[in-house]
Amino acid sequence: MAIRSAAKIVFAATLIVTSCLSVAENARAATEDDPLLLMGILDQLELRDAAGDSNLSWDGQGWFGKDLRKLWFKTEGERAGGSTTEAELQFLYSKAIAKYWELQIGVRHDFKPSPSRSWAAIGIQGLAPYFFETDIALFIGESGRTALRLESEYELLLTQRLILTPDIEVNFYGQDDTDLGLGSGLSDLEVGLRLRYEIRREFAPYIGVNWTKLFGNTADFARFAGEDTSEAQLVIGLRAWF
Amino acid sequence: MMSRRRFVTGAAAGSALLGLGISADSSFAVTLTRQPVTTLRGSSFDIDIGYKMVNFTGRERPATTINGSVPGPILRWREGDRVTLRVTNHLAHDSSIHWHGMILDARMDGVPGISFDGIKPGETFTYQFDVRQNGTFWYHSHSGFQEQTGMYGAIVIDPAKPDPVSYDRDYVIVLSDWSDEKPERIYAKLKKQSDYYNFRERTAADLWRDISDKGVGQTRRDRAMWNQMRMSDRDLSDVSAYTYTFLMNGATPEDGWLGLFEQGEKVRLRFINAAAMTIYDVRIPGLKMKVVAADGQNIEPVSIDEFRIGVAETYDVIVEPSADSAYTIFAQSIDRTGYARGILSPDADWSAEVPQLDPPALLGHRDMGMGGMGGMDHDVGGMDHSQHDMSKMSGMREMPRKSGRAPDPAGYGSNREITHIASEFGPHVDMRASTPQDGLSDPGIGLRDHQRLYGRRVLTYADIRNLGRTLDPRDPEREIELHLTGNMNRYMWSMNGIKFADADLLRLSYGERVRINLVNDTMMTHPIHLHGMWSELETGDPDYMPRKHTVIVQPGSKISYLVTADAMGGWAYHCHLLYHMPGMFREVRVS
Repeated sequence: MAIRSAAKIVFAATLIVTSCLSVAENARAATEDDPLLLMGILDQLELRDAAGDSNLSWDGQGWFGKDLRKLWFKTEGERAGGSTTEAELQFLYSKAIAKYWELQIGVRHDFKPSPSRSWAAIGIQGLAPYFFETDIALFIGESGRTALRLESEYELLLTQRLILTPDIEVNFYGQDDTDLGLGSGLSDLEVGLRLRYEIRREFAPYIGVNWTKLFGNTADFARFAGEDTSEAQLVIGLRAWF
Repeated sequence: MMSRRRFVTGAAAGSALLGLGISADSSFAVTLTRQPVTTLRGSSFDIDIGYKMVNFTGRERPATTINGSVPGPILRWREGDRVTLRVTNHLAHDSSIHWHGMILDARMDGVPGISFDGIKPGETFTYQFDVRQNGTFWYHSHSGFQEQTGMYGAIVIDPAKPDPVSYDRDYVIVLSDWSDEKPERIYAKLKKQSDYYNFRERTAADLWRDISDKGVGQTRRDRAMWNQMRMSDRDLSDVSAYTYTFLMNGATPEDGWLGLFEQGEKVRLRFINAAAMTIYDVRIPGLKMKVVAADGQNIEPVSIDEFRIGVAETYDVIVEPSADSAYTIFAQSIDRTGYARGILSPDADWSAEVPQLDPPALLGHRDMGMGGMGGMDHDVGGMDHSQHDMSKMSGMREMPRKSGRAPDPAGYGSNREITHIASEFGPHVDMRASTPQDGLSDPGIGLRDHQRLYGRRVLTYADIRNLGRTLDPRDPEREIELHLTGNMNRYMWSMNGIKFADADLLRLSYGERVRINLVNDTMMTHPIHLHGMWSELETGDPDYMPRKHTVIVQPGSKISYLVTADAMGGWAYHCHLLYHMPGMFREVRVS
């Protein structure tokens, strides 16, 4: 149900954004102030050092739209040992609701791990006081599944091009999902520290560390499967946007 | 940024072909940016808008040009003549030419969508009007971002009566900014990352220095406002020398424009800021400048060392150089990332020392409209002003501000309390000045301490007194308060929180005398240009109000001027910073 209504929302959002395209041009005396733009940001594309092996991990987002209304997509995932172990895609309608904040509504699909999961998504994304780039989203899935994700990132300029970025991500779940080894409550925490050098604004290689820790039932599931509940990894990667 | 500039210097030998009718395929083994700009005289002109390959940075790039040069030719007219200009558009896009500062019939003003339909590709439009004024003006495209890519030039009108200004020689000095990037791309980048071109942002080193100097507690208190507002105190110019090459009469800073003079001559320099985005601070080390005209209008001479010239403004100065020396005409950008340069010299082989750029300024409380005791209206929490829901945005119209009493008398500005109307609240506006200070006597951000630090006298609007008496001595019948608004982070600009595309006409009744009170609710310096009618600055001297076509509104400040609505028809009214203009724009309709 939730998925179907979310799909309707996205469809409606698409209509709204498309209609922006056909707004009558009554501003010929000045150039179009609000052109339809496309932006893609590959925030992280990195190799993570994992027990003798390297995993490839990505986290990106992008948008298509105008100043106050956009279609937004987000993706993150990981490949290990030649196969994709995690892959998630979100497709959202995004509307500016305050000077630094967007309200985002749409759908999320987790292709991996199996079995796949679908969610309706609602969240806010923007710049919090003290310049914290923040994304808070609530996900509602089938069979009464719920999830909450908080992400925040800060950019500390060491120089105009050398930028240190601490970031944090926390996931909570409303109920156990034994198929995927996810437990209810606080499930996992990921903290990163990356140092990038902007050769150009749009192109910045980086190095860093990434630390993840599992909590509660999720940690118990991991222990039961003989996996670690915390892991620190060195990362090397690239940040790029257009 | 610096590495690119050094590269440019190294490549400057081939940097040119401008100012001449040299076609793109000619060899440019010689540096030609020093070539004088062509002057066309008379009353009948053929003007061709076309493409031309130019090279200001070591790389060839296409420019849109007027008669094949950047800047276009100097048009030298005589007051009292009727001029005819046949303008042919050889571009693949619509084009236009606006005669900036000219008092003329609205249909000749050259603004597509307001004055006329624009000039279609391959078509010729004939402009014809009586020249009823004299002085230094300029012309430029009013279509798209063509101005950024080279479409601008000077107009000099010789007076019918004897000139009150005596001089032996005059030079036009057109300041501009060139980028190898397409302007649409610059605009898109600013929308995606508004500080894309700012490589002067606050770093950890600044934080460390502040903590060392002031301690942790004081640093935290000082930074709290900026952190809560999520704004930068380093945001002086949206587009910097990272992409711009600053030009003086089409010459790069490496080449430098050259003006020759002879012993004992009084030289009149006609400065025109034809840049897309760059506000310049001009000085000539070693020479006093006597300002004799502002925006083409003769003023009582003021002797100064330095002046700020907003985009689209013009200033005429007289200098009396000594024949034993060469002088640098130094025009540094407001953000101090670069400069345009020229040389005044008695000898073409002499060189003059180029001064260091002054340190860039930091924005302060005053620039946020917190000049007095009041605070600034901003949200310190996450979400702001939920009561001003964006659902009201569609079809939103300006609500008239309440006017309790008759306007204050002419010449002294408005004492009315500033109000912020509903349309100024929402995700499209990031700041509202609560206690805007008078911008009249403010030299502007980055110049305020120059008298104290360097002993340079800097021109302010308060120093300007028109040479002739105010033509219309009436008091204003009504007052229009207009706020300059925007959201820097989203790179959206508007007036009263309403962008041009959503705005109603700003209606004036023919013949009325009206006060316009501009309030700058942003931290940027906006040069505001009213077409077709003079903006008479209220400097406290009602009988000699300076008449301007473009008025700088200082960050977080206010300024007022009187307008006599003596020109029927539709007129553009906008910020002259090219990438603010699409939104920060109104059509004024006099009927």
